[in-house]
Amino acid sequence: MLRACQLTKTFGGLSVLQEASIDFHPGEVHALMGENGAGKSTLLKMLAGLYQPNGGSIEWRGQSVRFQSPHDALSQGIAMVHQELMPIPDLNVAENLLLGMEPVNALGWVDRAELHRQAQSWLKQLNTDLDTHQPMRRLSVAQIQVVEIAKALARQADVILMDEPTAALSNHEVTALFSAINTLRQRGVAVVYTTHKMDEVFRLADRISVLRDGQLVCTKAAIEFSPESLIAHMVGRELAQVFPPITTTPGDVILEVRGLTREPSFRDISFTLRRGEVLGLAGLMGAGRTEVVSAVFGLTPATSGEILLQGVPTRITCPAEAIAAGIGMVTEDRKGLGIVPAMSVGHNLTLAALPQFSRSALLDAAAERCATQTATTDFAIKASSPQQAIRELSGGNQQKVLLARALLNRPAILILDEPTRGIDIGAKAEIYALIGRLSAQGTAVLLVSSELPEILSLTHRILVLRQGKLSAELDPRQTNQEEILRHAMPQ
Amino acid sequence: MNAARPSLDRNFLNRFGILIALITLALVLSVTTDSFASASNLTNVARQVSINGILAVAVTFVLLTGGVDLSLGSVVALSGVVCALFAHPGEYPLVVPISMGLITGALCGLLNGVLVTWGGIAPFIVTLGMMTMARGLALIFSSGKPVADMTPALTNLAGDLGPVPIPVLCFAVVALLAWLFLGRFRLGRHLYAVGGNEQAARAAGVSVTKVKLFAYGICGLLTGLAGVVLAARITTGQPNAGQAYELDAIAAVVIGGTSLSGGVGSIRGTILGVLLIGIINNGLDLQGVSSYYQAVIKGLIIVGAVWLDRRQSRS
Repeated sequence: MLRACQLTKTFGGLSVLQEASIDFHPGEVHALMGENGAGKSTLLKMLAGLYQPNGGSIEWRGQSVRFQSPHDALSQGIAMVHQELMPIPDLNVAENLLLGMEPVNALGWVDRAELHRQAQSWLKQLNTDLDTHQPMRRLSVAQIQVVEIAKALARQADVILMDEPTAALSNHEVTALFSAINTLRQRGVAVVYTTHKMDEVFRLADRISVLRDGQLVCTKAAIEFSPESLIAHMVGRELAQVFPPITTTPGDVILEVRGLTREPSFRDISFTLRRGEVLGLAGLMGAGRTEVVSAVFGLTPATSGEILLQGVPTRITCPAEAIAAGIGMVTEDRKGLGIVPAMSVGHNLTLAALPQFSRSALLDAAAERCATQTATTDFAIKASSPQQAIRELSGGNQQKVLLARALLNRPAILILDEPTRGIDIGAKAEIYALIGRLSAQGTAVLLVSSELPEILSLTHRILVLRQGKLSAELDPRQTNQEEILRHAMPQ
Repeated sequence: MNAARPSLDRNFLNRFGILIALITLALVLSVTTDSFASASNLTNVARQVSINGILAVAVTFVLLTGGVDLSLGSVVALSGVVCALFAHPGEYPLVVPISMGLITGALCGLLNGVLVTWGGIAPFIVTLGMMTMARGLALIFSSGKPVADMTPALTNLAGDLGPVPIPVLCFAVVALLAWLFLGRFRLGRHLYAVGGNEQAARAAGVSVTKVKLFAYGICGLLTGLAGVVLAARITTGQPNAGQAYELDAIAAVVIGGTSLSGGVGSIRGTILGVLLIGIINNGLDLQGVSSYYQAVIKGLIIVGAVWLDRRQSRS
């Protein structure tokens, strides 16, 4: 019914999906599986008209189509239920469900009774009984999702796309959602969804497509996979040769974290970090990795637990205190928490280290220029001049500026949260080499990464987080991607 | 390197567009009127823009952080009234009424800053409240009547120092200090960072609270100065003075290229914006255009300037 033919998508020269071809059939639940960044969401978004493919085509009922917008796709019968749901919180359930297609009476007024009657009948088709008069904001995530699915049904959708629908749901809610999906299947709707959860794939999916590094690995009936073979397909790649050998022997403990907790993100996290050590933090999206390191850096302080720096309990309530204590961080959210877009490359670079470049409160422009020059050479930052606005740089170059910014303060502890996300392989290799050098110089590095080869090749030790708790501590020389994933998958 | 070319041209327009407009306008007025280019008229223009100039520099600090200050006009009136209350002949030395005016302005600004940072209330709302409150206080302190009987020592501040009017001198000094501050001081750089991306600035160790308190505080202090200068000029503390001054000031800043969403702008641009509005007003006066039409034209220019700016930054 719906067919992706050699779909290709690139972002800024970076290929995220290459020539993926998959058929989707009515009355079938089709799961897309793969690691973070494998291209699952991108594929869904192209089918939903959110992204335009750079190559290949979409065939719909035997005809090649081009969706210019989600609205376009919806009018053809393809609806997407988003990962970040977008209800209008102050409108009630019925108004949200039938938004833009409200029944009207002869005067053109909205017929409220009819509105609620229609909304209830759509919800009943999904075997749910919700009070359609309550405002959307009172609903749980699962209930909102059901309303969104009903919304898709009301718009006569024949294909419903869901991006990680169960990521934020409790077990009980997942059961309710699955029964709604089963109803859809019986009605002959094609359901396409992505997930990280092994157990549910085998409960729900009829067929599974595995994606890896932007390429379709295979599409098979779900019964042809075992959990082990599925993981092997998701991971199965050679370690690239870009990783420098990490040979440093770690020194004394410099950072110790005891019982760090911040509900509901993470609880009772304890670990140590030594000088010159590279400690990897692995886990799935939403496992709480970013939240833990953000707490250490003071971005969102923990509500309980202790942080000890060189054995001394230290209170870190904001990033300024962390920086003063010798901690540096490159955040995962480059746009939101990293760059100041309108500022120049030079000013972005020195932002965290201005005391170095000032006598009393007055800035020393010459010293700043000098440091900017050194950093652009050392980090091979490609900018037309230090005065160029940083937003005009590529992601990889922005990332290098942010790394250089964190390093200007010569931190004893460096936190890197997904340092290579969304940057090209060349810049990645440079960042890997830098991590190796820093480790050799005695800097302690806390590395959060979703790319398992990175974690396996660059670290001395690996901690795995699962749903906000430490689930394993592994030795990278004696473990493999399958084992890490096994500890990371929710049970 | 290819990508750098168009941005260079765009920068050129951004940097010099308003300067070119200013020069063109001045040339046209010099040719079409007899009186524009005379020394007395130009001094007059400078004198007329000085209060709006001080206020525009003041509000530039706040706009750069991504905030706004609607209370300028009312705080001008309040500080003028407080200043005048301490300025009766033979009561206090000159420094007292001036300081009282400045302190009043600074306190209003700091209160704005406290409510915005610790209170977490939107700047628009906070300063809207302050606008009404300061006006009320001005009326209470003055019993609703102009505070007259001012010592000549204070009213002399509206006079000249050599060939230069003292209000113009105040504007020049304020602008120079602000320019140095934003360009050369750590806190000035932090101001841009907070306005450009507050969360990123915090993550880089910038104290967002301190920066915002400072911006609103400085804005209030300079507004107090404008209040003192205005009181000296009109020789009374007028509780009803300064109506809508904040809008003229914000208009000048925006014409000067400062973004209302923060992080982008300069004192240089603000000064040019102030001069442009001043010269347009003066030119329209000289051409004998009625004040009703002047208001319409000024409004068009404000919207037009920002529209051009948006078009450039989008392309």
